[in-house]
Parts: sequence; structure tokens; C-alpha cells
Amino acid sequence: MPVLWLFLVVLALTGSGFFIGRQRALASAKGDSRNLHSRLPYYGTHAAISVIVPSLLVMAIWLFVQPLVVSSAAEAVLPQALLTADASAGLLMAEVHRVGAELVDQGVTGPLAALVPAGTTAELIPAIELYVANTHTGHLWMSIAVILVALVMGGLALRPINAEFRARNTVERTIMALLIAAASLAILTTVGIVLSMLFETINFFGLHSWTDFFFGTTWAPNFRGDSDLSILPLLWGTLYISLIALIVAVPTGLFAAVYLSEYAGPKTRAFAKPLLEILAGIPTIVYGLFALLTVGPMLTTLFSAGGLLGVDWMKGATSVLTAGVVMGIMLIPFVSSLSDDIINAVPQSMRDGSLGLGATHSETIRQVVIPAALPGIVGAILLAASRAIGETMIVVMGAGALAKFSLNPLESMTTITTRIVSQLTGDGDFSSPETLVAFALGLSLFVLTLGLNVLALFIVRKYREQYE
Amino acid sequence: MYDAPSLEKNVDQKATKIAAKDVQVYYGDTHAIKDVSVDLLANTVTAFIGPSGCGKSTFLRCLNRMNDTIDICRVQGDIRLDGEDIYDKRVDPVQLRAKVGMVFQKPNPFPKSIYDNVAYGPRIHGLARGKSELDEIVESALRRAALWGEVKDRLDAPGTGLSGGQQQRLCIARAVATAPEVLLMDEPCSALDPIATAQVEELIDELRENFSVVIVTHSMQQAARVSQKTAFFHLGNLVEYGDTTQIFTNPIDPRTESYITGRIG
Amino acid sequence: MTDATTSLLTQDARTKKRNAAEARFKLYGIAAIGIGVAMLILLLVTILGNGVGAFQQTFVTLHVELQEKKLDKKGNRDPEDLKKVTTFGYDPLMKAAFDKAVKEANVETKLKPKDQAALLSKSAAADLRNYVLANPEHIGKTIEFTFLANSRVDGYLKGRVTRESIANDKNINAAQLDLVDQLVKAGVIEKRFNPAFILGADASDQRPEAAGIGVSMAGSFFMMLVVLVLALPIGVAASIYLEEFAPKNWITDIIEVNISNLAAVPSIVFGILGLAVFINTMHLPQSAPLVGGLVLTLMTLPTIIISTRAALKSVPPSIRDAALGLGASRMQAVFHHVLPLAAPGILTGTIIGLAQALGETAPLLLIGMIGFIASNAPGGVAEGLLSPNSAMPAQIYEWAKRADPAFYERAWGGIIILLVFLVTMNTIAVILRRRFERRW
Repeated sequence: MPVLWLFLVVLALTGSGFFIGRQRALASAKGDSRNLHSRLPYYGTHAAISVIVPSLLVMAIWLFVQPLVVSSAAEAVLPQALLTADASAGLLMAEVHRVGAELVDQGVTGPLAALVPAGTTAELIPAIELYVANTHTGHLWMSIAVILVALVMGGLALRPINAEFRARNTVERTIMALLIAAASLAILTTVGIVLSMLFETINFFGLHSWTDFFFGTTWAPNFRGDSDLSILPLLWGTLYISLIALIVAVPTGLFAAVYLSEYAGPKTRAFAKPLLEILAGIPTIVYGLFALLTVGPMLTTLFSAGGLLGVDWMKGATSVLTAGVVMGIMLIPFVSSLSDDIINAVPQSMRDGSLGLGATHSETIRQVVIPAALPGIVGAILLAASRAIGETMIVVMGAGALAKFSLNPLESMTTITTRIVSQLTGDGDFSSPETLVAFALGLSLFVLTLGLNVLALFIVRKYREQYE
Repeated sequence: MYDAPSLEKNVDQKATKIAAKDVQVYYGDTHAIKDVSVDLLANTVTAFIGPSGCGKSTFLRCLNRMNDTIDICRVQGDIRLDGEDIYDKRVDPVQLRAKVGMVFQKPNPFPKSIYDNVAYGPRIHGLARGKSELDEIVESALRRAALWGEVKDRLDAPGTGLSGGQQQRLCIARAVATAPEVLLMDEPCSALDPIATAQVEELIDELRENFSVVIVTHSMQQAARVSQKTAFFHLGNLVEYGDTTQIFTNPIDPRTESYITGRIG
Repeated sequence: MTDATTSLLTQDARTKKRNAAEARFKLYGIAAIGIGVAMLILLLVTILGNGVGAFQQTFVTLHVELQEKKLDKKGNRDPEDLKKVTTFGYDPLMKAAFDKAVKEANVETKLKPKDQAALLSKSAAADLRNYVLANPEHIGKTIEFTFLANSRVDGYLKGRVTRESIANDKNINAAQLDLVDQLVKAGVIEKRFNPAFILGADASDQRPEAAGIGVSMAGSFFMMLVVLVLALPIGVAASIYLEEFAPKNWITDIIEVNISNLAAVPSIVFGILGLAVFINTMHLPQSAPLVGGLVLTLMTLPTIIISTRAALKSVPPSIRDAALGLGASRMQAVFHHVLPLAAPGILTGTIIGLAQALGETAPLLLIGMIGFIASNAPGGVAEGLLSPNSAMPAQIYEWAKRADPAFYERAWGGIIILLVFLVTMNTIAVILRRRFERRW
């Protein structure tokens, strides 16, 4: 674990930086900390931050870049003979990584032929040797570089320390920079999401025609190649299931919200609201299991051949209806709590105006409160739709795996998220279009939900401003 | 502008519209209205005046049971509209409020068109048999609220787009269109500028021909200008009730005198 | 009704109709809440009804003679030699012990010893072998050993397997069930609490009776550790900047819009990010809780930032003014006064974010944290973070996917454990909020 040791060394240097900085300041103030510009700990902190921040930064960047460099070097020496159709560079490199990482962990150096575990492809040994050697060298240089940076930066920080040095201002500037960096991580995440999917999507479109992806009508991955990979049937399944979920969740959630905010007394509210919120806190895996093992079989006993209704409409437990209904249940609290907030934002004077004219409570709600809250409610429904479209576990377990255009809700269908999971968890080669399509699907999903979210958040924000 | 109440000689001969007797109102543990008894007359503008927090708005809201919408509020005593107890169990507050309309302190037009705002009451109460009849009701209500001329070309525009004074007149038109017998106004001019206030005051005087109007106001000048009868509330008590001229020129109770001369407020 | 002659005391037809509509409308509301609550109850009843069984397991207690000539021919108790005896070597001992137990219980059966011993779990021999390797001093003695029963026997005792349902089942027949009935009477077979389910590791497809959730619980724990260590400081730092220092400009606007959007990005997208960045690019070990933790950190950050900002916002400006008025810098005002006052709110938000992360499944599937990966609990922090493992929700998903219905019971049971954690965390959050809530 050279990384761990290096980290501990950096921590030790940081600690010494703190004490030396403190001592220097104190010495320069002739032992009386009142002569200092800033309070004593700031001087130590200044030195400590100067050591730890740049050195950890160097270490992080190094750890990020080194595998890229090491891999590309090892990839260059892969024997050409092995690069056949069924063993692409990706697969071979996976083995190099696996074996190499194991050997690096054991700390071995030098010739490895005797050390590689049984079952390793013999032709790969040179690449593995290079991988291991480079990794060791890399770690060595990293340790040198990090410690050097720590010492130099610490020295530079310690030099100006004297009684007049404005340690607090310097420390605060650094802290501010760290705060800004933390806040920027949100942007970095978004950029990471987009880039990580964009590159692979471009790779995918290099291997597969984009017209088939966007406008084709068949989804039939075939690991021998020549697959039909079109998003449309998946999109249809996704939207159909989401629609059913919304048909379940929106009326129920909305009526629940109306009742809670307009009719319920404080006692009912205190009792019913947390109960509904429990539904929201239940993980989706639970709903997925509920769909797979409870709701699906329940629907089968009703609709399948030999079922209670005597019809033969349903073939298996997984169906659009199964997933849709369960997802609807999951979304009830989501819709209700958002709508509840929004309905409460409608000013009381509006209700008074209507009641004062002799309207009943329900007339007031239907004709005044709901129309006034409509933009906010639309926003809430859009957010719920975005949740439904991006939901994974319920559809993976409840919807089935058949990609098709059908209107029958009792048939099994599949969704974008389901296919992402199955394409990325299969045994497929990582550079085949059948695997890469998952990134194109992911990017489409991201764009779709992002559009809905931005629209919804915009509408809700405008709505709130109206009554503030 | 100044409509001298002294010209009204026959005030006392008018019929009693609302008779309140020994009314008590509690907000939780607070005793907000104590033993208030008052007879409000038909075709008369009655003003409720008094310092803030004296209970005048609370009492006003008892008259059409708007206090029902507040959970912690309890009303005791006897309030009769045309001789019928409005707190009787058999009384539907919805029917009551159709007869006793209300205009609020802050203009509160619904987020609908001007037309729909005015047509709201007639629609829910089923006052119009057809579209043309509803059009007539809306037009006459807007005319009576002196708003017709300003909005007749944009009846489809949202009511919230009007100016403050126009909004309040729209709310009055909305209340008038429901054809109530009594119109309660809770400080209807407090959010308006002087010009809009003058327009609304003029309107109130005209409304008196058909309705009995009760207006809560902060402004003693306004009470003097628009009302024939005035009730002075102080700390939840009805201190004095009488002809407006008498209250303002010759108050009986020393508290009334202190208030109208500006010593308490 | 606006006719002055109508009495208030009677309702006219129209009012009656309107009141009926009012009552109907109110009923819809009650029905909606009823549906929600009924679904919650249905869900909980289903979970408990199906899952409680997982905490009990059927065991067979036998007196096994550990014959020295079979297990340790040389008689020197050398561990290396002992290891040479495979599980096949233990089979005869078990069969003999089972036969003896059947005879002692005075049970008449036509079943051959092989079919009798088939009532034991397929891992029975391995369990016995592990015991002997750990306790070589017992060789040559007769010990009382408790074996796991086969999942079919377990299912029979729990009512999942019936005489009707086994018609086409090759793994068990009616005669074996007769034997089970009599051995239950004799006290050889009994159903009792099974700590191995809570503490143990997952088992292969063939041995549902041996599967436990303990190791994946450790996986979840290490992920939560990563999330806590990373998401809390980063989230708090980001919130402090955005709430206390950020100037109002377009960059800040972008960050804010970004954060509210990230909170609504589907979790699977974070899984793709993790796969592409942490595994394919940075070559962090696949299936490692460290990677899972990193992914969940990115996912939880927006939640923590949003709740932390709400907590900071609720500290009145007068506190900041007071500190600034005494000559503190803005940084000092925030770190010395505002942050401590906002701490309970931040903590509550963090716990709720952690609870969310704990139940998240989809991104973990993409980074390979599925079931049956780790067979032993990790030995230390480094191993816990880096060696492949699963997580509780992913383990539950894995069980739900398997063909044998005996795993479904374990999936439901796993959910009970998961929910116990979630309820505990949320309860702590509620208590914290109640205890430290401050009204300004």
C-alpha cells in the first residue's frame, strides 16, 4: 500500500508544518502571542494547509493519470497475434489489469514468469511485466514528487512567517478557495456525467448507424454482431410505464395533498403525512421486489389463462401494468408532498374571497385554489414524470425484457433503464456496439430527464415568485 | 364627496336586517368579542370603527360565518338574519354567505379573467339560466362597481392584471353579482390610494339602495363620509352604537370621545 | 336561494346538490389517503409475512462419530494432512450419524442412508469439515453437531413446500417428508433462530439455506463510510460557499441550477459515470465498496447540500451581524457561530442522505457490486474498501433473480434488515431535529 504510506507521510509533514509555523511566529513575536497580527493557530494552519493541499492535489492527479499512461504503454506491447476478432484489445487489457494489479499488490518486482497465477495467457506476460514495472516506477516517482511538493510548499509557506505576517487573511483565502472548489464539484459531476457518456456514445455511433438508433423500430442485440439497436421501442416501453405510473400517482397524490392541506385537522395531518412519507423513504429495491413477487403474481391470478377472470390476457408476471402500478405507488408521496407545498403557497385571501361569495369548500378548491396552483402542480407532475422515466429497479424487476410496440398493458415490455443495466452487466466485450449502446441510451435518458427537470424547476420557481 | 349623513332623517324607521345579541367570540383561550349586541338596518351603511385589534373585523366575520374557516375560533350568542339564527345547526354557511357577501381588505381577484371573476358567484349559485343572462349579470355588476367603462373591452384579460383600485372594484363587482342582501366590507380601502378610495366610497353609497352594507374602517373620516350608523369597538367590547352624526359630534361614552379626538388609537 | 323569502333553515335543491358534491370531493381526498396508507400497510404486511421466515432455519442435530481412521489416518493431527480429506471423506460419517439418529428415534423408513442424508444441506459436509479443521482435538470422539437442513425440508416446515407442490421435484419425495415428520416429532429436526442469516455470506444457487446477508452488510457499511467521509465535508463546504459567500452572478446561478438538477438525475446515470470514470478510466477495482461509495457520494451530495443550505439559512442574520460587529472576519463569523448553530440541521440532512444512499441499488449493479462475490467478511478497513463485495440492496436483488423460491424468503428477510437500518437512521434524524430544533 504505497498510497497509504505516502498519505501518512504527507499527514506527518502537515503536522510538523503546523508546529514549525506556530513556533516561528511565536519566536518572531518574542514569545508573546499578543504581538502577532493574527491569532497563533492561524500561523500553524497556514503552513499546514500549504503542505497538505498541493501535495494531495498532486497525488490525486497522479493517481488519476498514471493508470492511463501505464495502460497505453502496456497496450502497445500486446502481441498482435492475439488481437483477433473474439479477443479485442479491451478484453486482453482487462486480463493485464487483473493480473497486474494482483502482482502489484503483492509487491513483486523483476521477472514475473514464475509468479503469475495459473491460467494467465502466456503471451500476455510481457505486457503484464511492463504494466507491473511501470506501475512500480510510477508509484516511486509519485512518492518523490509528492514529498518534494510538500517540502517545497511548506518551506515557501514558512519563510514569510513573522509577527507582521497576515496569517488569518492568507488562511481564509485558502479556505475560500477550498469552499469554491467544493461548490464547483457539482459542475464537475455534471461535466463528468456528460463527457463520460458522450465519448462512448461517439464510439458507439462510429460502430453503429445513428439513424438506426434514433429512427429504427427494432431492438434485437445480438452478440455475434449485426444487431438492431433502436431506442424507439425502449422509449415506448418507458413512456407507457411512466404514463400508467402517473395515472396512478397523480390523482391519488393530488387528492391526498388537497385533503391534507385543505380539510385535514392538525391531528390527521400529523398522522397521515408521515405515513405517506414512509412510502417515499422505502428504497426502490423493495418496490421492485413487491412488483416481482407480489403485484405481478396477483395480476397473473386475475388475467392469465385459468385465472379468476377466465381470460387469457397475461402470459407472465412481468408486465407494463405491474411495473406501472408499483411505480405509481412509489410516486404517490412524491406528488402529494410537492403538491402540498404548492397548494399551501396559494394565499389564504384567495380562499376567503371564494368562501365569502358563498362557494363551498370543494368549489373553492376546484375553481380557485387548483387553477391558482396549476403551474406549480404541472411542475410537480413533470418532476414525477422525470422520476418515473429514470426509475430503474422497479422496471428491471417488474417490466420484463421484451422490446416491442404494443398497447396491451398486460404484456411484458422493456425500458431504457432496464436495457442499460442488462447491456452493462452482461459478459459482452466492452468495445462492442451492444455494450456501448448503453452509453447512448444513458445519454438519451440524461438529456430527456434533464429537459423535464429544467422545465419543471423553471415553472415551479416562476410559480413561487408569483406569490412571494 | 362628503355625503352629509345628517340628511338621512329616516334612518331609524328602516327594518332590522341583522340582529346580534350577546355575541362572544373566543380564539383559543383569548376572549376576542365580549357581549356584543347590535341591530344592523336594511339599506343602511354601518361603519365599525375602533383601534386595531379591537375585534371589529372578527365581529364582521361572524356575520357570514367566515370564522368557521378558522379552527380555533368559537362563537357564542345569537345572530339573526331576517329573524333566523345563522348559527342554527340547520343553516348551511354556503347559503348564508350567498346572502351575506364579503369584500376583503386586500383585493383578492381570482387568477381568472375579469369576466370569470364576476361570473364566479352567479355560476356557483346557479343564478343565470343561459350565457346571455350571465353576460347581463356580469355587465350590470361591473357597471354598478363603476368598472364597466374601464374593462368592457378586455373582459378576457386576467383580473390580476388590473391596478389595485380596479382590482378592489372588481372584487366588489364580484360580490354584487352574487346578489347578496348584506355586503360586508373589511377595510376595503386600506390598500388603495386616495383616488381609488374616493371611487370605492362613492360606490358604497350607491350600493346602499339595494343592500345593507357593513364596513370596517380604520379611518374615522371614511366612516363619517360613507356611513349612516357607526359602531365603536374597543378591546372586544361594543362601546357605543348610534347615528354616525351623533357618534362623531356628540359621543356619549368617554372612550368614544377619546378615540375620535385621537387620544386612543 | 337568493330570493329574500327563502329561509336559511331549509336547504334548497341546488344547495343539497352542491353539498353532496362537497361530500363526494372530501371522500375522494380521504380515499386517496386511504389508498396511500393501505398500500403502505400492504407493503409492510407483505414484507413481514414473507420475510420473517428467513430469520428461522431448520436444523438437524446429529451425533457424529469423527472416526480417526477416516479423518486422520496418520493420527498426527497435522493440519496439512487433515486438509487432504475432502468433503467426500466426511459423507460416510454423516450418513452413519443420520442413520443412527433415525434408529434411535425408532422411526421405520424404507429410505436408503443416501436418501436420508439428502435431507441435509449440500453444504453440510463442508460445514463439518471446517469444524474439524478448526477443532482437530475432537477427532476420534463423537460430537453433537447441528447441520443445516436442505432448503426443501426448511420450506416444508415453513409451509412453502407441500406434498402437492413436490410432485415434479427431483430434490425431495413424499417418503422423505414422512421421515421429516417423524424426526421433527423426535426432536432431531427443529426450526429455530438462525444468526447466520444476519451475519453470514451469500451462498451458491444450490444452497439457499446457507445464504446470509452479513457480508454484504459489511459492504454497505464501508460504502456509507466513504459517503460520510467525503459527502459531509464537501457538501458542507459547498453549502457554506453558496449560502454565505457566493456573489449573486451567473456562475453561482449555474452552480445552483446544477445542484437542483443533479438531485433529480436518475441514479443509474451515476452508475454509468462510476463505470466510465472510476473503473474504466481510473482502473479502481471493480465491485469495490470504495467505488460504490464514490458513486453514492456524488449522488448524495445534492441532497446534503440542499439540506445544509436550508439549515444555514435558518440561522438568523443577526448572529452574523453580532460576530462581525465584534470584529470577527466573515469566515470566523461563519465557522465560529453560524456553523455550530446549523449543525443539528446539517446532521439531520446528512443522515437522511445516507439513508437514501443505503437503499440505492441501480448504480451498484453497473459497477459490479452484485451478489455472491465475497465469501468472508473483510478483515480490515483497506480490505473492506478495496476487495470486491456486494451491498445489502444489491444482494437482495441478486436473491430475487435466482430461480429457487427459497431465495425469495431471504430477499424479503434482507429487506426487513435493510428497513430496520433505514428506520433507525430516520428515527435518529427525527430525534435530532426534535431535540435541537431551535425557533428564532
